[in-house]
Amino acid sequence: MKLEKILKQKAPAVVKTWIRMTLDTYPADARRFLNEQKDPFANPVGQALSQEMKNIYLELLEGLNPETVSSFLDYMVKIRAVQDFSPSQAVAFIFFLKKAIREELKKEIQKNRLQDECMDFESRIDALALLAFDIYVTHKKKLYEIRANQAKNQVSKLLERAGLICEIPPWNPDFKDANGQE
Amino acid sequence: MNFVLSIVVSFSAFVVLVLIPLVGVWALDLRTLFGTVIPYTALLIFFLGLIVRVIGWSRSPVPFRIPTTAGQQKSLPWIKQSKIDNPSTTLGVLVRMIFEVLTFRSLFRNTRMEYREGPRIGYEWEKWLWLFALAFHYSFLVVVIRHLRFFTEPIPAFVTLVEQLDGFFQVGSAPFSGFMLPGAMLSGLLLLGAVSLLLLRRLWVAQVRYISLPADYFPLFLILGIAFTGVLMRYLLKVDVIRVKELTLGLASFQPKNPEGIGVLFYIHLFLVSVLLVYFPFSKLVHFAGIFLSPTRNLSNNSRMVRHVNPWDYPVKVHTYEAYEDEFREKMIEAGLPVEKMPERPLEQEAETLQQGEKD
Amino acid sequence: MADVPKPEELAKIDHSLSPWQGWMNAPTEIREGIACYGVAPKNTRIVDFPNPREWSPFDEDWKLPENWKEIVLDGLRERIDRFRSLKIFMDICVRCGACADKCHFFIGSGDPKNMPVLRAELLRSVYRKEFTTAGKIMGMFAGARELTYDVLKEWWSYFFQCTECRRCSVFCPYGIDTAEITIIARELLNLLGLNIDWIGAPVANCYRTGNHLGIQPHAYKDMIDFFVDEIEEVTGVKVEPSFNRKGAEILFITPSGDVFADPGTYTCMGYLILFHYLQSLGLDITWSTYASEGGNFGYFTSHEMAKRLNAKMYAEAKRLGVKWILGGECGHMWRVINQYMDTFNGPADFLEEPVSPITGTKFENAKSTRMVHITEFTADLIKHGKLKLDPSRNDNLVVTFHDSCNPARGMGLIEEPRYIIRNVCNHFFEMPENTIREQTFCCGSGSGLNAGEDMELRMRGGLARANAVKYVHERHGVNMLACVCAIDRAVFPDLMQYWVPEVGVTGVHELVGNALILDGEKERTTDLRNEPLPGVEIEEEE
Repeated sequence: MKLEKILKQKAPAVVKTWIRMTLDTYPADARRFLNEQKDPFANPVGQALSQEMKNIYLELLEGLNPETVSSFLDYMVKIRAVQDFSPSQAVAFIFFLKKAIREELKKEIQKNRLQDECMDFESRIDALALLAFDIYVTHKKKLYEIRANQAKNQVSKLLERAGLICEIPPWNPDFKDANGQE
Repeated sequence: MNFVLSIVVSFSAFVVLVLIPLVGVWALDLRTLFGTVIPYTALLIFFLGLIVRVIGWSRSPVPFRIPTTAGQQKSLPWIKQSKIDNPSTTLGVLVRMIFEVLTFRSLFRNTRMEYREGPRIGYEWEKWLWLFALAFHYSFLVVVIRHLRFFTEPIPAFVTLVEQLDGFFQVGSAPFSGFMLPGAMLSGLLLLGAVSLLLLRRLWVAQVRYISLPADYFPLFLILGIAFTGVLMRYLLKVDVIRVKELTLGLASFQPKNPEGIGVLFYIHLFLVSVLLVYFPFSKLVHFAGIFLSPTRNLSNNSRMVRHVNPWDYPVKVHTYEAYEDEFREKMIEAGLPVEKMPERPLEQEAETLQQGEKD
Repeated sequence: MADVPKPEELAKIDHSLSPWQGWMNAPTEIREGIACYGVAPKNTRIVDFPNPREWSPFDEDWKLPENWKEIVLDGLRERIDRFRSLKIFMDICVRCGACADKCHFFIGSGDPKNMPVLRAELLRSVYRKEFTTAGKIMGMFAGARELTYDVLKEWWSYFFQCTECRRCSVFCPYGIDTAEITIIARELLNLLGLNIDWIGAPVANCYRTGNHLGIQPHAYKDMIDFFVDEIEEVTGVKVEPSFNRKGAEILFITPSGDVFADPGTYTCMGYLILFHYLQSLGLDITWSTYASEGGNFGYFTSHEMAKRLNAKMYAEAKRLGVKWILGGECGHMWRVINQYMDTFNGPADFLEEPVSPITGTKFENAKSTRMVHITEFTADLIKHGKLKLDPSRNDNLVVTFHDSCNPARGMGLIEEPRYIIRNVCNHFFEMPENTIREQTFCCGSGSGLNAGEDMELRMRGGLARANAVKYVHERHGVNMLACVCAIDRAVFPDLMQYWVPEVGVTGVHELVGNALILDGEKERTTDLRNEPLPGVEIEEEE
């Protein structure tokens, strides 16, 4: 495929534009910090962004192994799930890739008549977006789970430990019931 | 208030301040006003303002001992204490303050780490802010010391020494000396450079731009103006130094003179300095005095060793043990916990009385 | 077709601003997942706090008294006269931006109002308007603004998005401490009854029952008795703690979280095992049900409430006639003890200067407050070789240590816990330098923000910390995060579950409890969590 070759060649430029577009979803004043603070510990968000987006892009070119790409998507989406984004906002960055490609490779695509190939590749990006949505929901669910468990742990463990509730023991064939009948 | 407006406002204020002496001296020839009255007033306001400010601060007490501990506390004898960053003695505090004031230690702390090829990690300190700030403050200090030569006769030895050190890096020796220019002093140019960089940083870094107020740009413009007029006078549009010294020495000896023939540039310079002096105590520039009173830096972390007293301490309402026991006594007895006061009658009787009471 | 926004328009964070807009005009939204619930009237009433009423921060109307503005400004005036810290911090900030990217909430959210400098400016702008000549005359040109209802809501939102961790204060060239500003701003908000219930309820509970969770005395004892049984099951040794016992030499006070919340409970078992071990060496110690809380949520409402709750410690020590007090692993508890307790409720002249009854070591650093941190105490024991330890029992753990903000930056307790960990564990790895010790990153849930409803806030606030844990997890296989703070122990399991699910959370004395070899103990097959000890499973199979 010709397009893939070009996409590979132009990878740094496309990824850079893609990252820039994604950074634009953050407040103007945080952008520079997210973009330029290279310390992964002082700036986990920015570093996750630039690292994982590069990985995602390269993986897209290789085809789309859901397992591998999920591992790259996971941390990014996880971060965006707890920031001030609505669900659509949180995963919209995937679609920016289409725009980034069109912006960066406009000439090449027209010159080589790669529109069809481009459409194919874009459907890959759509699949990626669906994956991202799954991951987003998983993490949101996790958050609610943690929230629910926190409330439950606080109450039920207290009751349990204070001996106020009685748990049914695991099944045991030798167990005699309360009446002493076998 | 956006940053454009901030800059426009503060720069306009600065321009007006430049125009005032320009009009006052050049057009109206108010040399006494600008050469004597304003400088004296400014100096007076500076000192009084500063004193009022410091007294104002010290009138608020320090109720609690709240140093920021940035290292290991003094604890067991075999654990190495971080005596400067977590001082437990006055000496430690003194050293901490000296480092803070003279080397901007906290700014220096700004470390940053990077992944380098693979999992290796390297440390790098974020140095720009620290470097600019240090360059700015020290060159300012040297410039101030150098200016003492205008206010003293004979010139004290340390002033000459500072000048020699400053001029040691004579940048102007080669091409400029042909024009009979004095040797360039590093400090003035450094000051100009550092202020410009601080200004650029404020504009360039989005976060800092976002938090900046007109009050942050204004002093930068003012100092920039002062340094610029100073450099201009020294190297290009030279003023008559002999006469200037006549004027300044007059000021210093309280026998003010206003000799003719000093260019208006000098008066602009002097006026901007006066404005800076007046502005100083009422603005963020008082940080230079405030740092000495900052409770997170100037206190030792010894509040477990020596009791710190709060001057406005007052008694508060507490829930006493007695009230607590009164509420929970029966449950405590039942659980076998010791109590201060046993109920006078056994519990059962008490319950009976209660029941009877209900019946009645 | 309807006007559908493009993805890149949709995806922007709502509060993102054009560079042409200043922060003063940026509206504040009280968001679900970020804000905590308002304090319930019953919890304000019991401690005589102002304006008890049902209210919700998500409502338009916060049901404030008519003269709310006057109350706040009078309160601010009073505090400016009482706290030099506040006055100085209001006056000398030069907005250099050194602190801007040091806050875990800014790092995790990108919200510019989470930059410490701006958080302080929220208050400073009103201060300028009301208390400085320049602000009165020049208004917004001097960075001043009116205190309006919206500004008040902004205060509430952002001063309850600060965990008072003091990280920014380490980097500030003037030592401006946002924690101090937040503490005082919260005092002002408290004057209007604007606290959160997650702080209000523990305060009310602690006032009445002696601890945050509202555990009544018999239940407290029951719980510890339950630990006694658990310990016997694991070690075969029956430990015998005593309660409210007069004439004991030492009073032990620990956060109630250790008694009632996992995994703090295992740390509590660790204390019990240690005390039992030391009994034969001469330790004479008692627990109290009245002073059954080391933590102090009052500190998150006002200095006065902090003092009222803290008073129980000395009062109980005096009533029981002990010689000195030993304190458990807790974060803000130790900032209060180190920097406030003696001033609040001292002098403790009815106590004696603390001396370890086992090693004879004088704790000179606590000679006035007379309260010793348990890691100081234990580190001293280990140094003198008084403890028989088997660190291999912790061999299933690869441990890293999180410096809790308050012990690190409000006390300097840094090496003591590390020394203990190195002696009771064989596998210990530090997180990167700029995330530990005085530069440690907050758990993101301190200062009373460890509620459930603000989970998104907590997760992004803790990202910086979790990210460093993730690094040592991936690099060294770290699977256990040790800490000396009850809030940490309560919130890290949630944080880890979200960011690094493979890592568990422990207190330092849980590790001690596992490693300590008791006289007459049976061969242990499990640790305190009833999980098989390393190597045991394999032997059983063979």
